[in-house]
Parts: sequence; structure tokens; C-alpha cells
Amino acid sequence: MKYVDEFRDPQKVQGILREIQRLSAQLPVTSDRPLKIMEVCGGHTHAIFKYGIETLLPPSIELIHGPGCPVCIMPKGRLDDAITLAQQPEVIFATFGDAMRVPGAQQNLLQAKAKGADIRMVYSPLDALDIARTHRDRQVVFFAIGFETTAPSTALTVLQAEAEEIQNFSLFCNHVLVVPALEALLSNPDLQLDGFIGPGHVSMAIGTEPYQVITQQYHKPIVVSGFEPLDLLQSIGMLLQQLVEGRCEVENQYARFVQRQGNAVALDAMNRVFQVRDQFEWRGLGKIPHSGLQMRPEYAAFDAEVKFTLPHRRVADHKACACGEILKGVKKPWECKVFGTGCTPENPLGACMVSSEGACAAYYKYGRVSPAATAAPDRNLSYSR
Amino acid sequence: MDVSFASSSSPSNVSPSRRQLRDKEITLAHGSGGKAMRDLIQTVFVEQFSNPALNCLEDQARFELSEFLDLGDRLAFTTDSYVIDPLFFPGGDIGALAINGTVNDLAVSGATPLYLTCSAILEEGLPIEVLQRVVYSMQQAAIAAGVKVVTGDTKVVPRGAVDKLFINTTGIGIIRPQVSPSAQQLQPGDVVLVNGTLGDHGATILLARGELALTTSIQSDCQPLNGLVDQILAVCPQVRAMRDATRGGLATVLNEFATSSQRGIRIHETEIPVQEEVKGVCELLGLDPLYLANEGKLVVVVPPSQAEEVLAAMRSHPAGEHSRIIGEVIATPTEIVLLKTAFGTERVVDMLVGDQLPRIC
Repeated sequence: MKYVDEFRDPQKVQGILREIQRLSAQLPVTSDRPLKIMEVCGGHTHAIFKYGIETLLPPSIELIHGPGCPVCIMPKGRLDDAITLAQQPEVIFATFGDAMRVPGAQQNLLQAKAKGADIRMVYSPLDALDIARTHRDRQVVFFAIGFETTAPSTALTVLQAEAEEIQNFSLFCNHVLVVPALEALLSNPDLQLDGFIGPGHVSMAIGTEPYQVITQQYHKPIVVSGFEPLDLLQSIGMLLQQLVEGRCEVENQYARFVQRQGNAVALDAMNRVFQVRDQFEWRGLGKIPHSGLQMRPEYAAFDAEVKFTLPHRRVADHKACACGEILKGVKKPWECKVFGTGCTPENPLGACMVSSEGACAAYYKYGRVSPAATAAPDRNLSYSR
Repeated sequence: MDVSFASSSSPSNVSPSRRQLRDKEITLAHGSGGKAMRDLIQTVFVEQFSNPALNCLEDQARFELSEFLDLGDRLAFTTDSYVIDPLFFPGGDIGALAINGTVNDLAVSGATPLYLTCSAILEEGLPIEVLQRVVYSMQQAAIAAGVKVVTGDTKVVPRGAVDKLFINTTGIGIIRPQVSPSAQQLQPGDVVLVNGTLGDHGATILLARGELALTTSIQSDCQPLNGLVDQILAVCPQVRAMRDATRGGLATVLNEFATSSQRGIRIHETEIPVQEEVKGVCELLGLDPLYLANEGKLVVVVPPSQAEEVLAAMRSHPAGEHSRIIGEVIATPTEIVLLKTAFGTERVVDMLVGDQLPRIC
């Protein structure tokens, strides 16, 4: 494909890999004490596994797969709220396909749909607004999920609904914010990280400025990256270069799309419609202050949490689940007691197994060599590294 | 009852609009067993499919066993139901699919497909013109595949009980002597081939639903594969395994092969044919073409010594012009499919849990 194949050129990959080798040799790291780099974004995790990027890297570099899949981190209680909404007889519940299989306490949206809830998969919040236009006698609720990547389009949809005075449309808002989540991770004393690969799509909206807190307060370098194999490898190379030179900066590898100040239209729409929540619960990570968005009181007419009565029950994560430690890079997926046994993509217990972007699901899908590998980490390791 | 199919006259080719029923839409009366039903069956189905076995309108089609014995020594028997939405899409429709799908399920066993049934469940309110177009398309597909629709059934259900039109076809064919493809026979070193680009049908249907507002020239690959299978078996009767890659795509077939043979399979990303536009749709939606459905693609595994000959035979048939060798059977790891990426890395190509869901957020 034009404009994509260039970023998957095997020869260029070899060139960057040589550079990564050269730089890593200058750092005091070994395969026993590897350099730990976290990619924050689920899209990056997906690409890393799809292209086998981990296996290309020297053993002295380890990638930690962060909490950047907005579907995975949705707590069970919020899913139950979503299902409750979908079960209201007057409601048409519109959602991205990603969310259909995320488990609530008892069931997921796919199962609720089978039992009669009117749940429709859409590709954009504007599709949901279309349903509202053509079903004036029903209440259309859009399941708004995602980081600052999808939040602007949700906000613009609300503004459109307001302009058209569409009264049967509302959001169940679950948008989350990247930087507060990173800060929560960084405040944890267990965490051993040397740097971040920053999310590309989120940064198209928010720019690179908000990451200054990561470099200035927590002293970790960050490189905002694109999603193609060459993007990711180049970003890893840029991080290594910073570490070799003793710098700690926010750098932008994805400059073909990301601008320092972000996208003013997107930010303005978000600011008009949303405000930051005091706290939001993340599956695997618990409550994180200022990490989610809710609708401003002026837009209460479009807020499903105001229009409908929701149970808002908190449902604890499964006891055996090690997602919290995995998201912090303290444990590897196969070090979790239930990985591949009690917790599989068919029956996920924790956040990291829920969507194909979760670290555990990715290992299970792309890294697993045989069911025996689950019990024999060495074999799994030899394959995934 | 003495009906000789071998000597039957060639099937008629009635255009879909030649005869009109008085009604414009299917009503519950068309399923009542009375005159309305008889008129519908006669006008829409019998005149279109016209052949001696069908025309006598007994409750069953009857065959001379001697006809079968000339073609082989075993019977292949298969069934499939077609519930696709939309009914019509670029490159095909539910009618062509209902014939080709069942023909292909027979063909990949090494059988010569012969006779199909057609059982249709109609939703009250379905325009009869739509049904006529579908049945016309079925007959065209049957002619192209060299099979006959010899018996059938229609039911009408109230509005909402089915979505427009569901079709079941069941087929029988005769398996050639000495031909017995089975996934259990795979040996390390065997070569894996496909007969062309993957994911065309799946991508077409996704776009034909119109929710994405994308315009492409992608068409379904809906086609019969029995002619291509004839070519393959002519040069390699000892073909190890053969399966059409429909729902779940190439990845699912290869996983089935790996599991039942207890071998591994390695495929090479750079050798897997996927159209640029299909790749583009997959990039946009976060889908993997290896899992997209096909309706005219088969996966063949042959001994290495015959791979080139089979490839040449496949390429000489219109349904196999773009055939490629895409991988090989390996001894270890077992029961797993590996993909060698363009960078030389390897990853597992696993079974899907359910449908591929688009990744949006």
C-alpha cells in the first residue's frame, strides 16, 4: 500500500536495528538487567506483536506493554452500567465493536444483545447520531470510550446534536486521559522504567507539551511514535540516543501527524463538552485522580449518567489477576498464575486479556507456541524474545 | 420412476422477469400449501431450475445408482445454510453463494459435485422480484458449476422471523477412486498453496453493508472451484489435504489442518496474496485479511516433489490464475500456525475467539 509500505521496508529496518545495537552497547544494560521501555498505547502493543518487533531487539532491551488500551482498562462496574443502559426498553445502545466482548460482572454486551438488548455496533459517534435522527421515538446512548484519540470526535458529535436540537441522543462517557495514568504508574515505587514510547494518535489531539511533566517531574524520556514498524524502531533508537547522551526530553518521532501544540479544534471541542473527573477507576490499576472525563453540567441533557439511573456498583478485579503488576511492568504475562489457564481470550479475567491490544492477549495470541509454553516460561521466552 | 439424469436435456435459462406472479410480495399465503404456493414454486423455482428430476414434482428426487458408479466409489454429502446480508453484493449474491458454497464443499473432498437441493425460508413481504433474481442467479451458478438443483422446499414466515431470505442447499457428489484428501495426512516438508487473493469476499460484504461510506472496486471472489480441483487432481491425485477457506479465512483452515495433523504450518507473509484495496480496508478497521472470509478460495497441501506441477496446473485454470505457494508443513512446533513476517520475525497465527471485531478506539 502506498504511504504505508515505506514504513515496513525490511532493509530500512535492518539499518535502524544496527543503530539500536550500537546505541544499546553504549549503555550499562545486559539481558539480566535490561533497559525497560514502556509503550503506552494499545495500538503500539498490537503492532509490536503483529510484526514481531520484540524478537528483533537485542536482549538487553525489554518492552513493557502499558495501560493504553481503553477497552481493557474499563472496570467491570462501568460495563455493568453500560449493560443496564442497553437493557432499558427505550434505549438503542451504540458502541464500537471493540467493547462488545469486554466482561462485566455477569455478562458482556454481546451476551446482553443475545438476550434482547438493542445494541448496535458503529464505527463513529456520528453513526450513533444518525440512528438518533432516524429513531426519534427511542433514546440512543453512545458508549463513549477511548483516550484523547476518540474524545474529540465524541465531543464534536455532542455539539452537532446540540446544534440540531436532537433530544434523544446521549453519551455514556468513559473517556480517559493518558498523562494522569502515566503519572499514577510513575508514582509507584515498584516501577522500573527507563523511558516511554508515547502514543501517536492521542498526541495528534493533545500535542507533545502535556508530556513535559513526565520528563521534568519524573525524569523519564519519552518519544511520541507512529504505528508502523519503522516508526516504533526509530522511536526506540531515539530513546536510546537520549539515554546515551544523558538527555531527558519529550521528542516527536511522529512529526508527520503530531504537532507540539496539538489540534486546536479537537482540544476546543473537548473543553467545551467535557470536564475532568475527580477520579476514574481503571481495571487493574484502581482509582486514578483526574484520569477521566465527564460531561459538563451545561451538557447534562446529553449525559446518560444524568438521564438514566445507573447501579454504579463497584466490582473488584479477580483476586488471582496480576494485571496491575503486568501494566506496571513488574510482572510478565506468563508470570501470572491464571495466564492461559483461568484467563484466556475466550474467558478473560483481567484487563490485559480482554482485547487483542492487551499485553496478555497479545502474548497469548502471537507469542504462545504451544499450550505447554504457558507452563514452561522458558520456552515461551525463547520464542517471544 | 425412471429418470435418467445423464441424458437429460440441458437446463433452461429463463430470465428472471419473463413470467410474473400476480402478487408483488411474498405473503403468508405463499407458504400455506394452497394454490398461491403452487404458483410460486412453479413460476419461480421449477421453471428456472427445470430438469427432469425436478419437473416431475414428486416429494423427492430419484437417481439411478449406476450413474454414480461410473464416476467413483464413494458418495460425498454436505449441507450449508446461507443467511448473508445484503442479499446482493459486488461479485455475487446469496443465490450464487448458495450454489458455489455447497459445490465447493463437495469439490474439496475430491468429489464431482452432481445434485443440489434448494430450501428457501422467505420473510413475509419479500418482493417476489428479489426472489426471482436470486433463483435466476442460482441457476446461472448451477450451470457454470455443472450441477443440477433437483429438489427443494419453501417456507414463509411472518415479518421479522427471518431477515428477508435464508437458503439452505444440500449437495451430493461422487468421490474419484484413489483420491482421499485429509488433513491428517500432512507430512513435514509438504507445500501449502492458495489459488489467489485472500479476503476479497469478507471485505466486499463489510463494505456492501454501506456503514463505512467507502468506495472501492473490491468484488467478492464467489466462484465454483470444482473445475480447479479437477486440474489439481489430474496432476496430483495424492493431494494431501484440500479445504475451501470460507468463514474464518485462511488462518482458520490452516489452524484446523495443524490441529488435526498434529503438525505445524509456517506461512510467509511476503508470499500471501492480498489485494491492495483489501489491505487498505483492513488497515482502516484494524482487521487481519488472514481471517476474512473467502467464497472462491481453497488451500491445498501437496508433497514437495509435486508442488511446482500443481502450481502450474492451478495457474492454468481461470479460478487459479493468481495461485501461490505460501508456506510449508513443519514437524515442530506442533498444532500451531506460524507467520514469517517480511522482517524475518515469526509470530503465531491463532484461531479467532469469535468474529473479528473492528478496532476503533
